[in-house]
Amino acid sequence: MDLNLIWFVLLGILLAGYAILDGFDLGVGILHPLARTDEERRLVMGSIGPIWDGNEVWLVTFGGALFAAFPEAYATIFSAFYTPFMLLLFCLIFRGVSLEFRNKVESQQWRRLWDFAFFGASLVATFLFGVTTANGLLGIPLDERGEFTGDIFDLLGPYPLLIGLLTVAMFALHGGLYLHMKTEGGIQRLFYRWIWHAWGLYLVLWNLATMYTLVEIPRATANFHEAPWALGVVVLNVLAMANIPRCIFNHRIGQAFLSSALGILCQVTLLGVAIFPNLVTASNDPEFSLTVYTAASSQKTLGIMLIIAFIGMPLVVTYTAVVYWTFRGKVSEDVYGH
Amino acid sequence: MFLLADLDVVMLSRIQFALTIMFHYLFPPLTIGIGVVLVYLEGQYLRTREPIYEQAARFWTKIFAVNFAIGVATGIVMEFEFGTNWATYSRFVGDVFGSALAAEGIFAFFLESGFLAVLVFGWDKVSPRFHFFAALMVSLGSIFSSIWITVANSWQQTPAGHHIVPMMRDGKPWVVNGEVIRRAEITDFWAMVFNPSSMNRLVHVWLGCFILGAAFVMSISAWYLLKEKHHEFAKRSFTGGLWLATVSSLAMLVSGHFQAHKVYETQPAKLAAFEAHFKTGPADMSIIGFPDEKTETVRGNIAIPGGLSMLLFNDPDASVIGLDRFREEDRPPVAISFFSYHIMIGIGVFFIGITVLATVLRLRDSLFQRRWLMWVFVWAVIPAFIANEAGWVAAEVGRQPWIVYPPFETTETGERLINDAGQFVYKEQDGLRTTKAVSAAITAEQVVGSIIMFAAIYILLFIVWVYVLHQKIKAGPEEVVTEVTTDKAGGALGAAGARVEHRESLTDAKKK
Repeated sequence: MDLNLIWFVLLGILLAGYAILDGFDLGVGILHPLARTDEERRLVMGSIGPIWDGNEVWLVTFGGALFAAFPEAYATIFSAFYTPFMLLLFCLIFRGVSLEFRNKVESQQWRRLWDFAFFGASLVATFLFGVTTANGLLGIPLDERGEFTGDIFDLLGPYPLLIGLLTVAMFALHGGLYLHMKTEGGIQRLFYRWIWHAWGLYLVLWNLATMYTLVEIPRATANFHEAPWALGVVVLNVLAMANIPRCIFNHRIGQAFLSSALGILCQVTLLGVAIFPNLVTASNDPEFSLTVYTAASSQKTLGIMLIIAFIGMPLVVTYTAVVYWTFRGKVSEDVYGH
Repeated sequence: MFLLADLDVVMLSRIQFALTIMFHYLFPPLTIGIGVVLVYLEGQYLRTREPIYEQAARFWTKIFAVNFAIGVATGIVMEFEFGTNWATYSRFVGDVFGSALAAEGIFAFFLESGFLAVLVFGWDKVSPRFHFFAALMVSLGSIFSSIWITVANSWQQTPAGHHIVPMMRDGKPWVVNGEVIRRAEITDFWAMVFNPSSMNRLVHVWLGCFILGAAFVMSISAWYLLKEKHHEFAKRSFTGGLWLATVSSLAMLVSGHFQAHKVYETQPAKLAAFEAHFKTGPADMSIIGFPDEKTETVRGNIAIPGGLSMLLFNDPDASVIGLDRFREEDRPPVAISFFSYHIMIGIGVFFIGITVLATVLRLRDSLFQRRWLMWVFVWAVIPAFIANEAGWVAAEVGRQPWIVYPPFETTETGERLINDAGQFVYKEQDGLRTTKAVSAAITAEQVVGSIIMFAAIYILLFIVWVYVLHQKIKAGPEEVVTEVTTDKAGGALGAAGARVEHRESLTDAKKK
């Protein structure tokens, strides 16, 4: 295993970590309007109050690591997705601010405004993540220098839109399971119903997306010949998916949440297997694709960064564990209304 | 907005970066400065167990959280912009700059965000000792963050620990359209971290943050004192802020001196632009004036004769390199550099004046009666913000026309090479011009769109920020129910009883 491959895997871990952790945050935002009263809405936001910021750091670190390890890919992707990413920033800013400021002022209009911002920003950000991922799988037109040569409409075909919707359903389910664990009483029963709806939607979209992928995107499984273990990931993914309704039915929501997290991990892994060795695939000419070798920093830098990661990752896991342990259990009004 | 339509992608991207980073930079210095204050207050509380310290720490934590939230939300923008707007730059520097940025993420952001949760939400969930630890970690996290980002920026100013090499494809240099693609790669990580300007600049940045954090604390405290509210709290907070501001302002004098020397040594064109020193020779130190780049003079100049020569060489007649020693295309814009530099220094001097005066009065116990001086401190936070911003504007505009500063061409003996016109020549290939650093894949229309978007968001955020701060300040610190937090052996019944009162005070707090 060389350094380039190690960094490809580490980026995958950061991306999966982000999708699992901020995934439920974003899902909480998507389900937020279901809560009716002011108190319920406070609880919903309060359930992620202390942790959303730490979860978003996974995205920031993913971006920083991509920049450092594969600068050519970072530069190409971010400039190609200029407009969608600006919209994403717009959403991330409003999401963060609405979480922090909603409860600071006792006014109905004020709170409605931030409720709407929280919901809208979570929904659109999730959708955009899906669209971006799908384009990663489809590829985008590049020139010899690795610069994007298309326009915004090249990024918004039917497949990216489908994957955008799939991501919304996936995170809604993930967030619904999280909310069920963090609440009790009437609102918990409300989320119990909606978990089923989210699950149903997710199942339909997942089947559609899987069929579309298998029929239209042969490269999605092309690497399976060299990496037969990926078939095991597919099986695991299906099992994780199937376990979710079983657990919901038996009211073992914690286990359902872990299955949902495992499902996300499997899907990020399959994405990695599908695109490897490319980071950015040129849809017009495979010669122009940016691979983990052509887009990478020098071996020396990859080595230095690996040392940084070895020192940093255990620390990160420790803080994350401390924070989740401190804020374990049901969310309650008096603790979170800071 | 019609003005924007005529500009190219480079200028638009510069405007956007300036807008987004300057808005963002309202918050990190506050976070760093107030973070230090919080550690002090919680430490005092742990030592003395006086409720006043807990009350103060709780109040400043709320203010801290408001600033931190916007700081985080607006900070992620820059990480995106390196790629969205400055893709060519990112390709050139990623190997070096990217690793500093990734280190910032893994060492600083996780630390800050994790323990911030404990700091803000953990008052009744963790012990005071652990809460102090959380405050310390958040403060350290924000300081780590400043280290890595200042290192990364300093490397652009005074690159070191790297070499510029062709990118390789199949073992051969990569050539596109007849041009070899080159980039910076790390050769020595620690030489990159301790590049010639990074430590000087870091100290300078920290002192600026401490002064701003302290000015912010003093502003609110002075306002309470003038309104005769929360007297004991305000006096203690003010005094703590005053020590920090006085020491930092005086230290800034020393730091500024070293900075000027270092800039002259490594980026003489920048210092010449700061002082609008057009012609090489003995240099004055301008106090007020309007530089005119066309006539190469400073209009209405009031200056200390030989001041700059004195500062650099202890000799008023020593010759200082002027802008005439640089080719026209290698000169930074003079007016913005000059004004931002002088505004920063003017405010620095103002702070030395008011903090030393206030310290003397405080030691004589007659500070808080001087209402005029309290009013000065209420407003002094605004110049403190301006000075922090102006310092960065000077540093970044003075760096132009380079985004990564190139070294000078040298002779065989290692001296700076001089061309026929008597000017220095840069090794253009080993640096990067700002005009060549933008993304190839974006259009001016896209950038105009995002500038409008950011302008709208930031105006709204600014209003929200001021409004929420105003609400918090108007409400003031809450009275602390000491039994809840200090008497751990109070039993379930006692705790439950205290809890009701506590909840009421929290609800009151929400109404502010």
